[in-house]
Amino acid sequence: MIVAALAFYLFSIVAIIAALNVIFQKNPVHSVLWLILTFFNAAGLFVLLGAEFVAMILVVVYVGAVAVLFLFVVMMLDINITMMREGFIKYLPVGALVGGILFVELAIVFGSWAMSPQSEALRSAPVPEGISNTEALGNILYTQYFYLFQGAGIVLLVAMVGSIVLTLRRRPGVRKQDISVQNNRRVQDTLEVVKVPVGKGLAS
Amino acid sequence: MDGLLKEYLPILIFIGIAFGLALVIVVASLIAGPSRPDPEKTSVYECGFEAFDDSRGKFDVRFYLVSILFIIFDLEVAFLFPWAVSLGNIGLFGFWSMMLFLGVLTIGFIYEWKKGALEWE
Repeated sequence: MIVAALAFYLFSIVAIIAALNVIFQKNPVHSVLWLILTFFNAAGLFVLLGAEFVAMILVVVYVGAVAVLFLFVVMMLDINITMMREGFIKYLPVGALVGGILFVELAIVFGSWAMSPQSEALRSAPVPEGISNTEALGNILYTQYFYLFQGAGIVLLVAMVGSIVLTLRRRPGVRKQDISVQNNRRVQDTLEVVKVPVGKGLAS
Repeated sequence: MDGLLKEYLPILIFIGIAFGLALVIVVASLIAGPSRPDPEKTSVYECGFEAFDDSRGKFDVRFYLVSILFIIFDLEVAFLFPWAVSLGNIGLFGFWSMMLFLGVLTIGFIYEWKKGALEWE
């Protein structure tokens, strides 16, 4: 199992380096790319824990979807880096104050951290014996956690409706193809054959 | 547990090969490739004319809408995988639980279809 130990150290070291790069990058787009690398390494760590379904979902949902969304948001911000640097000294006291308060709060939380004995037992047996991780999830997610599962569905519905309400804009004056109107047109509606008398022309 | 990790060993080896190959290609082209830059070669190229704008332009908000709708259905499919694996164990209740979930999301799907959020204009 030396390979597993090596893989663990590889994934965790790369994950920590990538996570540090996320916050130290000047360009937010580069930050998001480092975040994607962090997600991949976290997925590798999940595989090492035996939680393969969570690992695959991390790759599919976080890397495939959330990272793309972050990239869109970052690109929509239209960040000018030289303009962002301008107010650095002006905002330094406020930023240092907020950061200091957060640091003290985190220090208090971690100082009073205590592991309950149950969680130790849970951690050492993450996967039920005999069945795979995916099956173990499926066995309880849809029946035992029925309300939470349906709640997840409602949350997704709200997200869908909310994003449409917030961002859908109809532009006026767009000439769109309407296929049903095109197919329902008949020759009689659009074309008229007129007998034109010789020498008189068409009195319109 | 060990058996599971053994099944993932080929993937790890392939990742190693991929990284090694990428590194070799980049380093080899850095070392072996000729590099004689001049101002015209390194200038911004945009189909033969001068660049119009900075590349950090704003994106249309509709890309964002499309990707958020994609994420929602992505998550729906993610919920389907464990359900399909353990459908034999969870019985009729589990089946209808998922049908209710899909029904709720189908309401949203009909809403976005009727709203025209899936059309680009």
